[in-house]
Amino acid sequence: MRLFRHELKGELLLYVRSRELAFFTFLFPIILFVLLGSSYGNDRIKSEGNVRGANFLEAGMIGYGAVSIAFAGLAIVLVIRRESGVLKRLRATPLPAPAYIAALLSSFLAAFAVEVLAIILLGRVLFDIGAPHRIGSLVLILLLGAVSFAGLGIGLTALIRSAEGASAVVNAIYLPVSFIAGAFFSQHSFPEFIRWIAAVLPLTYFLRVVRGVMLHGNEIWAYPGSLAIIAAWGVLGVVLAIRGFRWEPVEG
Amino acid sequence: MSAISVRGLRKSYGPLHAVSGIDFEVQPGEVFGLLGPNGAGKTTTVEILEGYRKRDAGEVEVLGVDPARAGGAWRDRIGVVLQSSAMYQTLSVTEHLRLFAGYYSKPRPVDEVVELVGLGEKRDEVVRRLSGGQRRRLDLGLALVGDPELIFLDEPTTGFDPHARRQAWETLRSLRNLGKTIVLTTHYLDEAEQLADRVAVLREGEIVAAGPPSELSGAVRATEIRYRENGREVVLETDQPTRVLNELTSKALAENRELEGLVVTRPTLEDVYLDLTGKESE
Repeated sequence: MRLFRHELKGELLLYVRSRELAFFTFLFPIILFVLLGSSYGNDRIKSEGNVRGANFLEAGMIGYGAVSIAFAGLAIVLVIRRESGVLKRLRATPLPAPAYIAALLSSFLAAFAVEVLAIILLGRVLFDIGAPHRIGSLVLILLLGAVSFAGLGIGLTALIRSAEGASAVVNAIYLPVSFIAGAFFSQHSFPEFIRWIAAVLPLTYFLRVVRGVMLHGNEIWAYPGSLAIIAAWGVLGVVLAIRGFRWEPVEG
Repeated sequence: MSAISVRGLRKSYGPLHAVSGIDFEVQPGEVFGLLGPNGAGKTTTVEILEGYRKRDAGEVEVLGVDPARAGGAWRDRIGVVLQSSAMYQTLSVTEHLRLFAGYYSKPRPVDEVVELVGLGEKRDEVVRRLSGGQRRRLDLGLALVGDPELIFLDEPTTGFDPHARRQAWETLRSLRNLGKTIVLTTHYLDEAEQLADRVAVLREGEIVAAGPPSELSGAVRATEIRYRENGREVVLETDQPTRVLNELTSKALAENRELEGLVVTRPTLEDVYLDLTGKESE
């Protein structure tokens, strides 16, 4: 526990110092929120129960932020640390692997928490969105989603072979996924085959629950099927991680 | 009890025998050098001792523990410098040392380590702005900050300029004075000669010679005596240089003759090494 707290402090410092990471995974969702919100924030979206564009987008950007930080950011950082030899170096120290992974994960969850607060605050100031209800449900779904995406991110590192490839692979996955899952725009205007793809993506279900909680005031227990699918994806990620996680650079 | 004991150690990567049955012991407080050309099996051996790799056969004990089954308490007592320095680009020297110090039960004071590795002027510089040699010294600092009993150094000065190497040697000598046991791999002979109490020369996964550097150079090759006689160079090799030299000089004195260009050379470790590893000298 002492080691966990010590490492968490180090990881938070590392997160704050990493400017590229902070920009692409942390600031980008906030920037998109402002840009897209300015374009359709005051429209009503009929297909989504006539909600305001800004409210719909706010929940979408929280989902996008979740995959951006917990999935993409974590995966890229882990691959870079593995390929540069930092993970191998750490293995020689008495820091236990579970404490290390837990601290790393917690630092990214903390970044996501700050991201959510920033988005909610901006929504209130720029687009006059009221404070969210059902705080308990909101926290639970955000935690479940972020942990699941983090599991998938760690699992994905097993399939990436070089630091150079990390950003490319990760971006090629989470950007289209965010779009298809309806983080930016309502899925109802998408062609049918895209909606088929969307129907298997965890982000689709994450957004469904987040919007259900934030826009319609439901509790998360109203969405058992969605929760199960999100959790199942997380478990898949953890299984991949356990089977394929490496501490050392991929050689040759 | 030995700090390290290795018996019949073997490791293959597919058809390649990286280490084919080696034995050695390292005593507490000793500086032990694993010397050999690239690909001789030095890093494989050290990484088995560090617990990174599984061996195929043989017995290995490091600080009384099998590294393949060692845990945090064992890692608390060892320090490791890998062949390439890997660290966080965005942390400063002292931030790094503080982070790593926190992993150990009895860390050395960070300021002391900064001075020990000679990074006093760079203490607040981030890694990104350090030179290669400075990173290597920080890497050594990270291995020392836990105040380990045993330190592994895999090619600690490869890529250093001569000045930086001298500095690194000074640092390593001061570690020996602190009573640390050190295992170092190198392909530099002078490094082994300067630092190691004993060396084992590896060639294609086997130990081809072992002993203190001074004995090693005496044991394998005879002392060489060269001089010119009637314009022709004479080379004598002998195990009894005192007697041979005495005879030569007495005879020359008796004949009132000068032994032109008289040179007596003890074989250097380099000669021995080149003999042993099968490379042509000069």
